[in-house]
Amino acid sequence: MDSKYKIGIIITIIILGTYFMVNPGSGHESIQIAGSTSVQPVAEKLAQEYMKSHPDVKINVQGGGSGLGIRSTQQEIIEIGTSSKKLNDHESKDLTEYIIGKEGIVVAVNNKNTVDDLTIDQIRDIFSGKISNWKEVGGSNQEIHVIVREEGSGTRTAFEDIVMDEEDISPEAIVQSSTEMVKQAVKQDPQAIGFVSLAHLGDDVKALMVGGIAPTEHSISKGTYPIQRPFIFLVKGEPEGSLKEFIRWIYSSEGQEVIRSEKIVPFIANVSDDS
Amino acid sequence: MNNRLEEYLIEKGLFITAISSIIIILLIITFIFIEGFPAIESYGVLNFVFGSTWAPLKGDFGVLTMIVGTLGITFLALAMAVPLSLLCAIFMAEIAPSSMRRILKPVIETLAGIPSVVYGFFGLIILVPFMREQFGGTGFSMLTASVILTVMILPTIISVTVDSLRSVPYEYKEASLALGSTQWQTIRNVIFPAALPGVITGIILGMGRAIGETLAVIMVAGNVTQFPTSVMDPVRALTSNIALEMGYATGIHYNALFGTAIVLFFMIMILLVAANYLHYKKKVVIGGGYL
Repeated sequence: MDSKYKIGIIITIIILGTYFMVNPGSGHESIQIAGSTSVQPVAEKLAQEYMKSHPDVKINVQGGGSGLGIRSTQQEIIEIGTSSKKLNDHESKDLTEYIIGKEGIVVAVNNKNTVDDLTIDQIRDIFSGKISNWKEVGGSNQEIHVIVREEGSGTRTAFEDIVMDEEDISPEAIVQSSTEMVKQAVKQDPQAIGFVSLAHLGDDVKALMVGGIAPTEHSISKGTYPIQRPFIFLVKGEPEGSLKEFIRWIYSSEGQEVIRSEKIVPFIANVSDDS
Repeated sequence: MNNRLEEYLIEKGLFITAISSIIIILLIITFIFIEGFPAIESYGVLNFVFGSTWAPLKGDFGVLTMIVGTLGITFLALAMAVPLSLLCAIFMAEIAPSSMRRILKPVIETLAGIPSVVYGFFGLIILVPFMREQFGGTGFSMLTASVILTVMILPTIISVTVDSLRSVPYEYKEASLALGSTQWQTIRNVIFPAALPGVITGIILGMGRAIGETLAVIMVAGNVTQFPTSVMDPVRALTSNIALEMGYATGIHYNALFGTAIVLFFMIMILLVAANYLHYKKKVVIGGGYL
């Protein structure tokens, strides 16, 4: 007798559950974001903060890569696509681009290293293996230990696009699987060189100047520091309704604060408060 | 009537649980083969297995350097771990007083419980700088990885070996001692040979762990896809290759990573068959059963 009631209750719960799953919060507006894995953390943060103040909007953030972000936005599968590289004319067709910020990639060496400044050409030659001793770039007579990220990583891809041109990164370079591990390796090894995003930079490694320009919020937002990439939100056509509101919120001081807290240089950087 | 139904249900229940683990393994194997086959097919089996260039973004998928890396790391680790753990196990099983055994056993079991990321981090922070200062180079090397793996597989080999040494019947020992042999002669000529199949099982388990270990190896091996010319050169293991690139891989690159898993699968199969053959050859048959 008892079990019959139990079965009845379970069935009711399943039916109700399925109904809510198929029809999630009718009345909510939902925005799908997908694309670059580098943009994903900051997009998630923005979505989280926005949903706090706008409980009627649901924002779902996914990765997949810049290419997927661009394609899916073109095909209107998602509302907002994200990209961490500049779009070419063919890709940007019909899309509205919103540069939400810029990320700097820092060439880092050990704190004990006496080298402070390298040109882009020198960096390229070091990472391709043409320069293999620190003395060739004004340092002590020691071998250079190159540390890179694994193939496919967003930071590595950006670094290859901006710095390496047609050259390949030396196959002898040590591969580490995360920015944090690259930093650890550089921190311990006086002969090491690696690249990390500005967001992950701390005092434990030394950021090199590139062509005399140090990587700071100021130099990145002005575009003088060369190794940087834009974080772009893409919308098909003109945004409307809640989408328009979300994008407007990103550019508000509240949204810009979220971007800054993720160590991304906001597009409308407040240049006066640092130098 | 009720009893018979109960029996029937329990019997079938046990059968289902037993068969489900086999089905899960078969499903995983099928999945790996389905996903990995396109890459191996389009790149060619021989090119895939014996190619030495791995440049996925340019369409080169040769895994030979990684096969060499995996084998090198594993055998170097075994070469260090086997003598250490066998001697330790003999000490624990035969020589140590029981008060000492009570301390040693939990300590070694704790060693087995430490997560591999902790070993890897320890390696990255302590061992890599040490290796660099002692031997030069970057410190990321085959040797560094195998030292970490040695520590990781020690407890596996030790505990299995201790158990098999202790399961040798006491009469054997008594008989040997009664014939006038010393304790070391007894251990070397009677107890150890009788326990050998168990010891080999322990080594097989240790080897399995060494081949399969991914995270700790990624952190200290350097992950370079080149042939090592010495034990101080950085290498990439097959498992590391999958874990490193799975996050970004699409299309044929994704399939190639599963192809790597197929190669790893066959390698483990070959090693297991060889080890089991050895196990079979060394078993001691006494009175119809074997130890």
